[in-house]
Amino acid sequence: MTIDHETLTAFAKTYGLIYMMIVFFGAVVYALWPSNQSKFDRAANSILEQDED
Amino acid sequence: MISQLTKTERETALFLTALLTLSGLTLGLLGRNDLLGYHGALLAVAGMSLTFLLIKDYYKPEPDPDNRAKYYDDPIKVGLVLALVWAVIGMIVGDWVAWLLVFPEATFDAGWASFGRLRPVHTSGVIFGFGGNALIATSFHVMQRTSRARLADNISPWVVVVGFNLFCLMAATGYLMGITASKEYAEPEWYADIFLTIIWVVYLVLYLRTLARREEPHIYVANWYYLSFVIVVAMLHILNNLAIPISLGHAKSYSLFSGVQDAMIQWWYGHNAVAFFLTTGFLGMMYYYLPKRAGRPIFSYRLSIISFWGIVFLYMWAGSHHLHYTALPHWVQTLGMTFSIMLLVPSWASAGNALLTLNGAWGKVRDDATLRFMMVAAVFYGLSTFEGSFMAIRPVNSLSHYTDWTVGHVHSGALGWVAMITFGSIYTLTPWIWRKERMYSNKLIELHFWLALVGTMIYVFAMWNSGIIQGLMWRAYNTDGTLAYSFIDSVAAMKPYYVARAIGGLMFLAGAIVCAYNVWKTAKLPTVTEYTPDKPPLPARGRPSAAAQAAE
Ligand code: HEM
Ligand code: HEM
Repeated sequence: MTIDHETLTAFAKTYGLIYMMIVFFGAVVYALWPSNQSKFDRAANSILEQDED
Repeated sequence: MISQLTKTERETALFLTALLTLSGLTLGLLGRNDLLGYHGALLAVAGMSLTFLLIKDYYKPEPDPDNRAKYYDDPIKVGLVLALVWAVIGMIVGDWVAWLLVFPEATFDAGWASFGRLRPVHTSGVIFGFGGNALIATSFHVMQRTSRARLADNISPWVVVVGFNLFCLMAATGYLMGITASKEYAEPEWYADIFLTIIWVVYLVLYLRTLARREEPHIYVANWYYLSFVIVVAMLHILNNLAIPISLGHAKSYSLFSGVQDAMIQWWYGHNAVAFFLTTGFLGMMYYYLPKRAGRPIFSYRLSIISFWGIVFLYMWAGSHHLHYTALPHWVQTLGMTFSIMLLVPSWASAGNALLTLNGAWGKVRDDATLRFMMVAAVFYGLSTFEGSFMAIRPVNSLSHYTDWTVGHVHSGALGWVAMITFGSIYTLTPWIWRKERMYSNKLIELHFWLALVGTMIYVFAMWNSGIIQGLMWRAYNTDGTLAYSFIDSVAAMKPYYVARAIGGLMFLAGAIVCAYNVWKTAKLPTVTEYTPDKPPLPARGRPSAAAQAAE
């Protein structure tokens, strides 16, 4: 099999897309996972606890 | 500054400045028959001056070991001051080129004063000099505070700040002499590019090492944004600048790519420079300083994560919208257009997240000009991304491309978003790191706010008008199918708008000068509070004495 422009484009348009979608949806699931809520609340408030002024 | 370094650190620093001097001398010798020689000399002089400074203070007593248990803020101060210096330089040159478009003959017949050479001094000066220094300085602050760890060591922050500014200096002086790689926003030549690559790797490693030492289990979202800025800019910079110099003794190089591939790589770079230099880095700033200043946590932390990944994934594919109606394959243009439209979703999610954080604190926004800077920044972020997504639609782009509409879009993002969020963050950060109760003058912040807002409005409205008039004039036909206007007719029609833009720009510049003055006076105020965090930060390695180790 020769690796030419067509092969690479085909690869990018299929596996490239699939892998990116998986990573993106992974991130979305992580962000929306219910048990992560408390961790995020803590993180969001953590920067306010240290008072510099 | 040097008195804050231990003996071994002073030695390391001396070694590095000697290396800089040596590299400068080598470059100078190799390029003695070329403009390259001047940049060799510049690096050598910089290296020698730094060596001299180090030797002068070499025998000063070592720092108090207790200092190592505090955050390391000296590089932040220097970075902030340099950001303001570049802001003033870059905007003076910006207004200069704005007047040059009104009076094109005002070049004194000198090469360096031509539009083509001054324009990149403006763009690099404001984007890299002002924006870059502000990003580096605030990232040093955010990474330490959110990790509750001191910067991982005391040398690499200086390598980053000094090295980055030497790069900016090479860029600006090179353009004036006529050195350019002819790629927009990537004009510096091969040797400066290699230099920046080294500096950038040091920056990335410093960031990762500091995060690795964090006391907080979760990495606060602002760091993600900053890190994407550091990592992607490295990627973009290396790929787009792959080039072969005509010889080691010449500044000129030629890109490894040619034709439409070169164009696509350039605009993949160009658009992602917008995305990861002018957007994600500044979003990092927003996600830290806006909640801090408002005293409220970010409206939705989840949304901030989702929009982060949305922005990262979508921006990468949008670059081809800069090449509509070119030799680029049609499907690639369509791809860029589609992704640009989708990009509106995470962009508005970020802008909305910022504004909803302020919901319930509107009283503060009314009274506090600093917070108002940040609010206006979020609004302009929303506006310019909406405009960008719209301009990326091919038929719309056929009207906007080559016109001042693009310049208007650029500055609604650059002035309204990038500069405003930076000024808001600077006013928040300055009293903290200089340990003052507050800024020198709140009246001056208020003055700056109105100068900046009115200046931006004048600038952007002038460019929208002139851009659309230009676009319409170029596509107006007579009944017999000939063009209704000659090109020069459209140039003449621009004149009033160019005058207006230059005046709006002058107001914006005046605001920046007011800011620099205010920061300067604040630094001179008596220090009132010695800030001791409840939980002391994790100290850096390389303790100066045994006493400190015992205390651990
Ligand atoms: C005092 C304020 C400013 C003035 C008067 C000004 C003026 C100008 C002018 C006259 C141009 C050339 C337009 C042309 O070629 O037709 C320009 C381009 C540009 N400026 Fe500014 N500018 C200002 C501030 C800024 C700031 C703060 C930033 C970024 C943070 C910025 C980023 C840019 C960029 C990226 C371009 C290139 C646009 C393109 O190629 O389409 N400017 N500016
Ligand atoms: C959703 C977000 C955005 C999209 C889809 C977008 C889209 C576009 C489009 C279509 C163009 C015109 C290309 C052309 O006709 O040549 C453009 C130019 C530009 N945009 Fe944006 N934009 C976005 C956000 C921003 C932001 C936030 C900034 C920040 C300052 C910015 C800075 C620029 C610059 C500097 C250029 C000029 C490039 C040049 O030199 O030609 N954009 N953008």
